[in-house]
Amino acid sequence: MTLAVHNLEVVYEDVMLALRGASLSVAPDSIVAVLGANGAGKTTLLRAMTGLLDIHRGRITRGYVSLDDAKIDTRKAAGVVASGVSQVMEGRRVFTEFTVEENLRVGAHTQAGSGLKDKYDRIYGMFPILAQRKAERAGYLSGGEQQMLAIGRAMMSEPSYLLLDEPSLGLAPKIVEQIRDLIVDINKAGTGVLLIEQNAAMALSIADHGYVMENGLTVMDAPAATLRGDSDIQEFYLGGAGEKRSLREVKHYKRRKRWLS
Amino acid sequence: MTTFITSVISGLGTGAVYGLLAVSFVIIFRATGVLNFAQPGLLIIGVFFCSYFAVTQGLPFYVSVVLAMLVAALVGIVSERVAIRPMVGRPVFAAALVTVGLFTILLIVAFRLFDSAARTINDPWQLEQVCLLASDTGCAIPVYHNTIARFVISMVVLGLLGWWLSRSRIGLAMRATSLDQEAALAQGIDVGRVFSLSWAIGGALAALAGILLAANGSVVQATDALFALVALPALILGGIDSLKGAVVGGLLIGLISSITSTYQPIYAPWLGPNFENVVPYLVMILVLLIRPYGLYGTKEVQRV
Repeated sequence: MTLAVHNLEVVYEDVMLALRGASLSVAPDSIVAVLGANGAGKTTLLRAMTGLLDIHRGRITRGYVSLDDAKIDTRKAAGVVASGVSQVMEGRRVFTEFTVEENLRVGAHTQAGSGLKDKYDRIYGMFPILAQRKAERAGYLSGGEQQMLAIGRAMMSEPSYLLLDEPSLGLAPKIVEQIRDLIVDINKAGTGVLLIEQNAAMALSIADHGYVMENGLTVMDAPAATLRGDSDIQEFYLGGAGEKRSLREVKHYKRRKRWLS
Repeated sequence: MTTFITSVISGLGTGAVYGLLAVSFVIIFRATGVLNFAQPGLLIIGVFFCSYFAVTQGLPFYVSVVLAMLVAALVGIVSERVAIRPMVGRPVFAAALVTVGLFTILLIVAFRLFDSAARTINDPWQLEQVCLLASDTGCAIPVYHNTIARFVISMVVLGLLGWWLSRSRIGLAMRATSLDQEAALAQGIDVGRVFSLSWAIGGALAALAGILLAANGSVVQATDALFALVALPALILGGIDSLKGAVVGGLLIGLISSITSTYQPIYAPWLGPNFENVVPYLVMILVLLIRPYGLYGTKEVQRV
């Protein structure tokens, strides 16, 4: 009962190799973090998992994505959502012209029929601020509120897995903490979480397991506690190892890593 | 005064149909982001099939109208699937140009179907009139049956459509798709189906508008497809992405050209004949100068 990616290779426009062999798995009750710098292939990984490669002219050339032993990489985006995998896209992407409640309603699109009221109540329970502003246009919410709306919208389909792409992007540290706590709550309520983040400190503080991506490969795979203690991770992703050193040593390409990328 | 009222009434009749046409553009534009220049083609195909069912096959007129709308919707779906779907993810400008090509193809098809013959659609209204206000010399304010039919049918159809779009799950999905295609996909909306549906509705509305315009007691031919272009000023006036705007724009354009055709030959004959066909475009240019997003068009929400 896991969401897993097996040795995935993705090519854009038939020429640009964005993923060269990414693998990971998310257990239903866990939070899994994917760390990596810009261009490491994190967002591509997410697109491949949710059927959004098409519109970016991307294609899976090797490997597959599975959900509980069923292949889902051949499904269209709507099919992926219907099978219980929702996502919060990078940059929030709320429908700015819609009201908060309309945004949530779109999130429940795959759940045709009744129970809309209960779903609203559940989301408003999670995010009281959204209840206060439910008739307002989403474009006028603050960044943090929009992020909450994006998460709430994704939760409207009552997914078994929630994939989050950079939920801390562009938010104040205090709001990031709030979002982090919400992710923990969502996980406790029984949703598996895949958290793609550049904010490694935040991601590793709540994750059970972590993956590190570089140049389209998952190069490291360890329990979050191990990653937090790893000296390379501390230096490259958690902001320094303490002592001062010359700039030459800081340049990470000059330094030997313990993994190959 | 009675001339003025007569002119206003007939303006409302044609204006409602312009509104219908403008809405058919808006529906497709809002879902796909493409201004569909193939609408005139869908319109004339709808008119042809109405004539085919009503005259050639001898079916009742209203049945023929519904069947013709279905055919136009089907042609819309097929055109979208064949010509527009491969353009998803490409610049919308490119897709808009594809619709120009589509327009040419549909027009050629229409010419073949009509076979240079003028056809009638056998509508029940013909040139009959009712008299709103009698005078000693006969009738002061005559109203054509087809004017009433145009106004009532257009408004009822538009009202139902607007209500359905604002309330239903599919309507919301269509609007969501127009705002952010990728985000809509990520919510599980089948964007392909939304595209098909919008083209089907657009085609059916264009067909209905064409039929209502053709119901003027005379004959139609393939070149009447260009009726549909009058919807462009209405579209710009109302704001290209607003249903309400399209209806209001259509009515205004209908009124303006009707009133112009009544008074311009009397007060400004030096402007020449058929000036009422020019006026909508003048209005369009004026609107573009003052309010580029039209009366009801969306100004983007921007958080600063």
